[in-house]
Amino acid sequence: MSTYTSATDADRRAMLDAIGVMSIEELFADIPGALRLDRPLALPAGMAEQEVFEHLKELAARNVSCEDEVSFLGAGMYDHYVPSLIDTLLSRSEFLTPYTPYQPEISQGGLQVMFEYQTAISELTGLPVSNASVYEGPSAVGAAGYLAKLTNGRPRVLASRGVHPHSRDTLVTLARGYGQTVEEVPLREGATDLDALAGALGDDVSAVVLQQPNFLGTVEDVAALTEAAKTVGAIVICACDPIPLGVLEPPGAQGVDIAVGEGQTLGNRLDFGGPSFGFFAAAQEHIRKLPGRIAGETVDVDGKRGFVLTLQTREQHIRREKATSNICTAQALNALAGVVYLGWLGRQGLVELGELLVRRTAYARETLCAIDGVEPLHEQPVVREFALRLPGADVEAVVERLAAEGVNAGYRLGRTYPEYADGLLVALTERRTRAQIDRFAEALGNALAGERGTAPVATGVGA
Amino acid sequence: MADYPKDLLYHPEHDWARIDGDVATFGVTWYAQDSLGEVVFFDPPEVGAQVKQGESYAEVESVKAVSDVIAPLSGEIVEVNEALGDGPEKINDDPYGDGWMVKVRLSDASEREGLLDADAYAAQLD
Amino acid sequence: MSVARASSAIGAADDQLTIYERSQPGRRAFAAPALDVPERPLDELLPARFRRTAPARLPEVSEPELVRHYHRLSKRNFDLDTGFYPLGSCTMKHNPKLHERVAALPGNARLHPLQDERRAQGALELMWNLQEALGEIAGLPHVSLQPSAGSHGELAGVLLTRAYHEDRGEQRTKVLTPDTAHGTNPATVTMAGYEVVKVGTNADGGVDLDDLRAKADDQVACLMLTNPNTLGLFDPNIAEIAEIVHGVGATLYYDGANLNAIMGITRPGDMGFDIVHFNLHKSFTQPHGGGGPGAGPIAVSERIEPYLPRPQVVRRSDDEGYAFVLDEERPKSIGKLRGFQGNYGVFVRSYAYIRSLGAEGLREVSEVAVLNANYLLALLKRAGVAEYLPVAYDRICMHEFVLSGAPMKRELGIRTLDLAKRLLDFGVHPPTVYFPLLVDEALLIEPTETETKETLDRFAAIVAEILREAADDPELARNAPYSTPVRRLDEARAAKQPVIRQPL
Repeated sequence: MSTYTSATDADRRAMLDAIGVMSIEELFADIPGALRLDRPLALPAGMAEQEVFEHLKELAARNVSCEDEVSFLGAGMYDHYVPSLIDTLLSRSEFLTPYTPYQPEISQGGLQVMFEYQTAISELTGLPVSNASVYEGPSAVGAAGYLAKLTNGRPRVLASRGVHPHSRDTLVTLARGYGQTVEEVPLREGATDLDALAGALGDDVSAVVLQQPNFLGTVEDVAALTEAAKTVGAIVICACDPIPLGVLEPPGAQGVDIAVGEGQTLGNRLDFGGPSFGFFAAAQEHIRKLPGRIAGETVDVDGKRGFVLTLQTREQHIRREKATSNICTAQALNALAGVVYLGWLGRQGLVELGELLVRRTAYARETLCAIDGVEPLHEQPVVREFALRLPGADVEAVVERLAAEGVNAGYRLGRTYPEYADGLLVALTERRTRAQIDRFAEALGNALAGERGTAPVATGVGA
Repeated sequence: MADYPKDLLYHPEHDWARIDGDVATFGVTWYAQDSLGEVVFFDPPEVGAQVKQGESYAEVESVKAVSDVIAPLSGEIVEVNEALGDGPEKINDDPYGDGWMVKVRLSDASEREGLLDADAYAAQLD
Repeated sequence: MSVARASSAIGAADDQLTIYERSQPGRRAFAAPALDVPERPLDELLPARFRRTAPARLPEVSEPELVRHYHRLSKRNFDLDTGFYPLGSCTMKHNPKLHERVAALPGNARLHPLQDERRAQGALELMWNLQEALGEIAGLPHVSLQPSAGSHGELAGVLLTRAYHEDRGEQRTKVLTPDTAHGTNPATVTMAGYEVVKVGTNADGGVDLDDLRAKADDQVACLMLTNPNTLGLFDPNIAEIAEIVHGVGATLYYDGANLNAIMGITRPGDMGFDIVHFNLHKSFTQPHGGGGPGAGPIAVSERIEPYLPRPQVVRRSDDEGYAFVLDEERPKSIGKLRGFQGNYGVFVRSYAYIRSLGAEGLREVSEVAVLNANYLLALLKRAGVAEYLPVAYDRICMHEFVLSGAPMKRELGIRTLDLAKRLLDFGVHPPTVYFPLLVDEALLIEPTETETKETLDRFAAIVAEILREAADDPELARNAPYSTPVRRLDEARAAKQPVIRQPL
């Protein structure tokens, strides 16, 4: 008997008696003999809690995490500081263990959290309606593409090359199913090429997909790009990094129809890529086509304020094949972390964090670009991430040298952008101090010199 | 209680027609609104749209259900009940009066032969 | 107004405030780290036309207020650690506490998804081991951990089916689903560009073979099934169903929502399924979190393997000193369904579960899940309950069963909804209501294997009590609940005049 069940021999006898059978085996009589597994599952034997813990610990010890190195790796997920109160609140069993709030009378905690979260996302994005979250960033882009298709039925989607490769890939995968094609709009000098976009637009374009800041860290001119898209009545989808929205003009103020994004940076851990949450906000006219769960305010029979899941007729359990999406869940626990984090930062804190990032990022870009062998890949305004070139260098080897020194230099752009084979994407969070940036610069200088076989050149760092 | 006015014609999928010359008014029956529960949203069609007998021309939603609204007769929509936008509950409170949905200029008056009278409609309900 | 009522009225009013209503200008919980780089004017760094002119109106509160606000909200939630949660189709089994500890290990929690594979071998090995274990449980050789939820796994399954057929030069148009299917099935089918065709259910609660034969033609891409089905019944004709479906060249997809009934007993791969999805938040104890996160990995047969999403965790020879890699070179892959490689934090928990239980423990899970369900059914088939809530299909059930509240509605004047609301007053989460659609006034009950016999006895006694109450006074259940933080809510109003954010 495992420690998670409690059916003793006495219990089993009593239960079998009540059912009117002699053995548990009889309860499986409907399963034809030919389909019965005639051997135990080929899995290792179970272990005691302590043994499982030691095993998991040993596996985890073979990973180099942000605990073990100074990391400038971003490209979609970032090593922000997660405040302690999030651990405290998320470990409350009342948030951790219940199901989706189908009985609202006993789920007011979770439903009110959703309502507060929806409010926060609406504020952040400048758009009036938000759902209670979707799985994560790239699939949120895919879901937005589906909403555009349901709205106007047009066959083409234009996606900037500055949109995260995983988001573009996901969009293509889904679009193939419901019959849209996805075309790429190129970048010019690190930003989406407005002329190329204008040239590609037509009244058969269902949606234009942008990212802010884009994958190379560039702050895009979303207003101009949106205006172009609107000339053909296309739906504009903008995937945003939420923390820069503390200092950047929100997409809602720029005419964007749907703002989505990866919520990991809002109070969630890296967790090797998940779980996190995706946010999804839209202009009012799209409210009845939003995917996923939505919490709404109402009153009970005594006139007390309360919250319920609402507009459920959009969803799969009612509308079935005509549903706005097949999503059955919200990432409720991760969205809770998100809304608590935004409350922790607060109105001023989000701005202060954004401004700190802008300044530290500027310092990092300047400091690194002063190194012999390092150039900016573009000179566009950035908030927390930027792209460098290491002309003539073996970027992979340089990154390895830095790793050996306990510094993760960032994302090698050649992995997904062959045109930037000598490119490196460097990300900042508030955890990366000036001292760490200086150490990175020194190590990078040494690594480049080492690769060239020359002595390191003084960079003036810290002067 | 259950009410099926004698002056109307009925489609078995719970829709009624009131014919006045070559224009008919459509709506859903008492049975339909009772099954749905409190109506929260009516998604109206456009004026000028063509409707076809037996096919859906709109949707009506309650909290927990969505229902297609079936056209009892074919023709072109000439008027839509805009008041249902703010007051969808009219469909529950007065399904044959203020809860009317569309007015249609009929394309084939003979189609009325295929509809049921009030007694025949009530008889085929469960 | 008495003293007691006055204080509870004040308490209740405070209970209902949102975090925005507690906000006061100037309060703060966050202190930014000191600025250690030059304080250059922002205008120099970020042109004003790109900058926000008014801050997002997030709340302004201190840490103690934040903690208290959300702590008190948590107390307005019923949860699994608190009480019995027999939600059919959801498998609300105990969430082992070890899992939070291992998921929080920094090597897991602070690992970046794009970390060099050589420095993420622990994570990749864990994923590989989990893939192998899930493949063994399903009886299929290849697994992708990428999908983020059951419905995401379903979408993957249908897109894989599409890729398979297109690769063979075929353009099929339809997907078959039983009329007892969960709503995600038809929604998924539409998203994947197919037409949904419903297959009927026979008198025993299984697939109507004649209807299936009539509808299975060369336009059918796939049949989506779960076995046991949403009625909690094992379809003994599954081998014949597989033959009919494969006979027209279609794939057979298994919705793994009901896997809890059959682990170590039988395997969907052995039944003939090509694609299986798992809900790690159901049988594999990932906490439900109030609705998420979860994970929906899929296991597939050899012929479907080439189309699996990228990347795949692959083990290769150890020559270079490391064994596990993320393989992105998959020319026939359907592509990506999400960022990175999936919900690793969920994999850690499910993997710890599988290692804790082992082969024998997983089999015991299904044996006791089925035992508990049949025992509870036996209790509810006794006089006083059975005449009002008869079982929809009177056979041995698997891990869950469906009762119909239709006689209760007729004889006692209370509906399944009212029974559910009255259960709340007894400190129990109601079963799933009004699903599956095939059963009138349905009540779908799944106790799971982690409940004690005494809990099941108590639940049956509560149901009997509520029915006795209703015979006496049906108004009691009709106006329930009474003892919950709020009572019945006006859902129509929330749908007619949606207020989905705080006006500020």
